[in-house]
Amino acid sequence: MTATDTPVNNGVNVEALLGAREALSAAPQAAQFQWRATCEWLNGTHSRSTVEGFFGLGEEQSHRTVYTFDADHPEIFASEDNGATPVEYVLVALASCLTAGVAAVAQNREIQLRSVAATIEAGMDVRGILGMDSDVRNGFSDIKVTYTIDADASDDDIKALVGQSQKRSAVFDILTNPTNVRVEVA
Amino acid sequence: MRTTTVVVGAGQSGLAMSRCLTERSVDHVVLERNEVANSWRRERWDSLRLLTPNWQCRLPGHAYEGDDPDGFMSAGGVVEFLAEYAKKIAAPVMSGTTVSSVRQATDGYLVTTDQGEWKCATVVLASGAFNVPSVPSFAAAVPPGVSTLTAMDYRNPGQLSEGGVMVVGASATGVQIAAELRRSGREVVMSVGEHVRGPRMYRGRDIHWWMEAAGVLDERYDEVDDIVRARRVPSMQLAGSDDRASFDLNALTSTGVKLAGRLAGINDGNAQFSGSLRNKCELADLKLGRLLGVIDEWASENGLDESVPAPHRFEPTVVDASPRLGLDLKRGEIETIVWATGFRPDYSWLDVDVLDQKGMIRHDGGIAESPGLYLLGCPFLRRRKSSFMDGSRADAEDLIEALAAYLDGRPPPARARR
Repeated sequence: MTATDTPVNNGVNVEALLGAREALSAAPQAAQFQWRATCEWLNGTHSRSTVEGFFGLGEEQSHRTVYTFDADHPEIFASEDNGATPVEYVLVALASCLTAGVAAVAQNREIQLRSVAATIEAGMDVRGILGMDSDVRNGFSDIKVTYTIDADASDDDIKALVGQSQKRSAVFDILTNPTNVRVEVA
Repeated sequence: MRTTTVVVGAGQSGLAMSRCLTERSVDHVVLERNEVANSWRRERWDSLRLLTPNWQCRLPGHAYEGDDPDGFMSAGGVVEFLAEYAKKIAAPVMSGTTVSSVRQATDGYLVTTDQGEWKCATVVLASGAFNVPSVPSFAAAVPPGVSTLTAMDYRNPGQLSEGGVMVVGASATGVQIAAELRRSGREVVMSVGEHVRGPRMYRGRDIHWWMEAAGVLDERYDEVDDIVRARRVPSMQLAGSDDRASFDLNALTSTGVKLAGRLAGINDGNAQFSGSLRNKCELADLKLGRLLGVIDEWASENGLDESVPAPHRFEPTVVDASPRLGLDLKRGEIETIVWATGFRPDYSWLDVDVLDQKGMIRHDGGIAESPGLYLLGCPFLRRRKSSFMDGSRADAEDLIEALAAYLDGRPPPARARR
């Protein structure tokens, strides 16, 4: 689809992903993953979460390195603003998940990407989390993601990329569908 | 009793195969639990008509010859059409014969029925893909006070109480039932997941005319990207009606049907809808655009641009800015839920090791993994139109080649294979 003969390269190894799909259809139990994070309270609303190990393909796995994430609230909430708010991490998760999807789908459809940028806006009525009005939910009232994509493809093909990335996105699913959550004290 | 081939099911596929077997002088019987075209007699709603126009009702050695080629047969019309066909081809149908088991035996298969046993070399499973309604597991959480029924039990609006209805599912079945219930004056909420949008008419012709002409209906199972997925795609939102109206979501919402996202769960009596409605509608709009693009291209290449109206595109699906995410089923707004969430085949009587983890038959274009066992009449079995009557014709004509070759001890010919 490109104007030149250069093979499409978005840095996504689609063959490996398709190979994994093939392998997992033969051994579905290997598809059972468990993702993990730990979180430690530091002070006030400031906490530090750590991500390192996870389980998948039938065995313990680990990231190349340990990743940490400081979360806090901004000063207007009388906090020290030592990091992004947890709800902003949710936006980060959605944006990065969809963007990874755009790249993977584009690779699979042989569309060369030149630039992909997303802005995410999420509305929230904070009377919910402040417990001021039980009719107001705690979470977002809505989320809007806007993509600007420069690629060797028609507008409809680009829309289809973004549409398909939502269809295959874990975080999009997590946000749009209910999930049972169990929180216990050890 | 002994025969060469046992065909299970006397619907369009079983009868088409019977005719092909007769043509080849293959001794066979067609076992039918009730009578010819049983599911059309007993398992469909009253107003249902075929999605495909009459002229497309073609079976091996039989075709529609009435005076309304562009019309759509009623369920009763389909029963008549198939009964007439069975008679015309002298299909050896054993009515009132319920198969309780098919298993491998020496030199073939043993088919056990409530009317005795059959030994045969080959078996053709033509019992249909839509035997059992698929209902989500959380259906059990519907609060008391809300009645539920499946699309298989639905007959007409008079069956339901006067109150609001939630129709779950937006395939051809879901949109037709939702539209009919809305016309009856009821408030209707329709839960919409992945769906396939289609206009009845495009550029002055029926969409099925275009899809056939442009080769879309003949797209083969071994030519699509992901056949596993293609076989699970819901049916296109179409209905057969005299006014040739479209039944897409815009048509429904213009009559007052309210849309919600895919029903994701029921929690404490609250229906929870996915927030993905906009995405599902955009994907369906884009997919329709691609289909129309294929049609337009074909029309140009074949010199039709002068004789048919110009290409155009349909309005994007209108979705509320913030579609509802929940619905309290305890509040009385909804009195009935209609599950139009699809069907699955019933292979509980099939004691041959050919079922995958999802209970579907492992096969290559209808040639099952167990030698001498064939499958017919399933979505995208061999081509996009496989679940339509005209697809039964094409698939039976392919599979008879494979079956005949098997009986002769030859490998399946290229035509049947690829």
